[in-house]
Amino acid sequence: MTTLARAPTATATVSGPWRVRRAGGSGPVMGAAALVAVVLLAMMPVLVSEADTTLLVNFFVLLTMAVMWNLLAGYAGMVSIGQQAFVGLGGYGVLVLALNGFNPVAAIPVAAVICAVIALPVSVLLFRLGGGYFAIATWVVADTAQLVISSITSLGGGTGHPVPGLSSMSPHTFAETTYWAALAVVVISLGLAYGLLRSPLGLLMAAVRDDEVSARSAGARVKATRRIVYVVAALGCGAAGAILAVSQLQVQPSSIFGIQWAAEMIFVSMIGGMGTLEGPILGTIIFFVLQQNLAQQGAWYLIIFGGVAVVVAIWTPRGLWGAVRQRTGIELFPVGYRLQGGAPRSEPGAQLLEGEPPPPNGPATGLGMLWHRLRS
Amino acid sequence: MSGPEVAGPLLEVRELTVYHGQLRALDAIDLAVAPGETYAIIGANGAGKSTLLRTIAGLHHPRAGHIVLDGRDITREPPDRRLAGGIALVPEGRRLFPSLTVEENLLVGMHKARTGPFDMQRVFDLFPWIPGRRKQRASQLSGGEQQAVAICRALLANPRVLLLDELSLGLAPIVVRRIYEVLPALVAEGVTVLLVEQDVAQARQVATRVHCLLEGRTSLTGRPDELTAEQIEEAYFGVSSVSSRSSSPSSAAGTGG
Amino acid sequence: MEWVNAIVQGILTGGFYALFACGLSLMFGVMGIINLAHGDLAIIAAYVAIALIPTTHLPMVWAFVVIVPIFAVGGYVIQRTLLQASLDRSPFTTLLVTFGLSVIIENVLLEVFTANGQSITIGTLITKSFAVNSTITISYFSLTVLGVAIVVLGGIQLFLSRTSTGRLIRAVADDREAAQLVGANYRHVFGIAAAIAFATVALAGLSYGTLTEFVPTSGVTTLLFAFESVVIGGIGNVWGTLVGGVVLGVSQQIGAQINPAYQILAGNLVFLAVLAIRPRGLFGMRTA
Repeated sequence: MTTLARAPTATATVSGPWRVRRAGGSGPVMGAAALVAVVLLAMMPVLVSEADTTLLVNFFVLLTMAVMWNLLAGYAGMVSIGQQAFVGLGGYGVLVLALNGFNPVAAIPVAAVICAVIALPVSVLLFRLGGGYFAIATWVVADTAQLVISSITSLGGGTGHPVPGLSSMSPHTFAETTYWAALAVVVISLGLAYGLLRSPLGLLMAAVRDDEVSARSAGARVKATRRIVYVVAALGCGAAGAILAVSQLQVQPSSIFGIQWAAEMIFVSMIGGMGTLEGPILGTIIFFVLQQNLAQQGAWYLIIFGGVAVVVAIWTPRGLWGAVRQRTGIELFPVGYRLQGGAPRSEPGAQLLEGEPPPPNGPATGLGMLWHRLRS
Repeated sequence: MSGPEVAGPLLEVRELTVYHGQLRALDAIDLAVAPGETYAIIGANGAGKSTLLRTIAGLHHPRAGHIVLDGRDITREPPDRRLAGGIALVPEGRRLFPSLTVEENLLVGMHKARTGPFDMQRVFDLFPWIPGRRKQRASQLSGGEQQAVAICRALLANPRVLLLDELSLGLAPIVVRRIYEVLPALVAEGVTVLLVEQDVAQARQVATRVHCLLEGRTSLTGRPDELTAEQIEEAYFGVSSVSSRSSSPSSAAGTGG
Repeated sequence: MEWVNAIVQGILTGGFYALFACGLSLMFGVMGIINLAHGDLAIIAAYVAIALIPTTHLPMVWAFVVIVPIFAVGGYVIQRTLLQASLDRSPFTTLLVTFGLSVIIENVLLEVFTANGQSITIGTLITKSFAVNSTITISYFSLTVLGVAIVVLGGIQLFLSRTSTGRLIRAVADDREAAQLVGANYRHVFGIAAAIAFATVALAGLSYGTLTEFVPTSGVTTLLFAFESVVIGGIGNVWGTLVGGVVLGVSQQIGAQINPAYQILAGNLVFLAVLAIRPRGLFGMRTA
């Protein structure tokens, strides 16, 4: 109980002063508001039922993933459909540590860091492919990770394994613990994303996203930036997976490595709005409202949500928050380094896709040349 | 084809305004090209010359104004319809299809050809070296050769108005001269030419009318023999108090102080 | 001898993977679209056949004759509407939109056809095979699929290199804007390319549904196989894709020979190894 009680305090000290110090643009008001919000959320287990805190845990998990995916795609222009690799590895990281006598809750940050470490060599391979091929390759990585884990019999193979070391807790303590841990993860993730975007790195990302010329001229630094973002996203998704392992008391490969995580984090970001920190929050709220109301209709919530995401992507690529911001100018998390008056079409990440077709005056893609070469 | 003075304009541009994002590239441009004319647009880098040709060809959408071909408003037509109507652009940088052979590039040019004097044989007459290299890939040609093939590709559509964008860009003077040598043959076949040229001397030599752009606005128009070098220089660089026809004094007069 | 058999079966599967991959490759080469719903579309074709055959009592051949052109038309329509609209935004949007489509298709199929495995039955042909020796037997149907794959790949190549429409498709793939200047309506040309790609997708899906049991989520797996074949062979190289498919098929069969659970894993590992050692693929000209 003592270790658990400390969790919210730790959250507050990490996020509180740090946020205020960084909040320069928005003034201390927003920082104070964020602090109040975090404190209020930290008090939730006292205020609401256990069923509601469980729901909130799932909310925080998805929000963490969405924030990370949004960093990848909305800011760094990398469409990953394989982040579930790190969700799964985070979950299994907790399992492995717990099997070796670690406290599963204490194992959460360790598992997340392990994911970040794995992400580094993986990024070397993936970054050899551009655009769409990068996307599918991330999927292959996730598939491979799942297959490897499934083949390890000591971890339960394909049927999964319960996470030991949690049964000693009372149900009430367990619910509180997982809640606070999940809250800590989401607050740190948001803080990390916010800090990253307000750092010089964020400036570079904004420049790359909004101005094609600077993106080209800053090649090497762009690659380094993308690598950092990829590693941070693995860290966040790993933490989310670790929370899942604890809150569900077990891990199972096909579930924790499931493509539905990618689908949900992507749809949430697309609907809420990529390239903003507020977008994923709004998108996650919409997702949960929809899921709660359509839960009994099986997979239809995902079908409807996917349909909405497709429509939003085509009609308002900056998402619902983008539309709100355009009309009202409201920004909850001012990370605004946006370069104005640059490229007219400054969609998040649009310029970074190496796999796109030749620009109107650009060189040819391989296919045409290829047919010729084969023939001659 | 009758003389330029008798007939109405073949191609007319009225109050054409084009934006690139926030940037106004063309500001209320008017021009009228009579049938059989060789009309030259001159101006410094960034004056909007290429934008003008590309807008006429249908690659940019104007924010305001009209483009009229032989009395028909084509402002809203897509590029392929304009080609069928008789406007062909030889774009800046040649833009041959690099993976296609020379012959294939030309065949693609005939894809929506109107009836007219130009067929494969006729363009081979203009550039007799082409038949021998027809199986070569376009990307293997030199810049001047690519330019020649690009002109042929456009001619095979049998355009009424041929738009030539910066023919001389990146080419040696002797190569440029050879390419300009075919111009009279085109005019003789009744093709009206609207060309963009940075080299003022070259433009004055070939054109029946010169139109100077300065920062997106018309700064001078006239017959080459009526214009003095000083007038052109002022219109080209915008350095003087000479009244430009622009209504807004901001940028044009700004450089002159 | 079992190893030789694994290689022979791998080659047969490889042809099938190449059939899957050529549509993916074509859409990327011409439109720059990575169609993440590629595999799911193939599975739709298989389900359509399942739904069509019992109600109409048509023989399987007729299902092919009907479904392939329907997919071609569908490909044209989807390209001209949804895909073009997303392309007009950016390739980035296209990626997200096709991913959304993939998830939607999978879940709709789950709702309609449940997660139970099904397969297309074509009577006795599927079970017939000939024995090369005591361990190697070759199924006539697998051999047919390999033949179809080679014919389709060769046919697409001939179409692109010898016909005027093919020439136009190559021109648009080279330089969309310049193609407009010579009178090409590139949206229409994209539609034609999509129609061809979708037709091959239908063919691949019908073959897949006949060769093995499938479920609504099989599309993901098949997309991965198609993609791995493309990258192993080298992006943009048609016959390279065939070789890539064969390499993938053989790797999987050898993996399965070691342990049936390693079949897909072996393919993935070979793919990652190629990415690490030869990022341009075995016959690639350039990275994507």
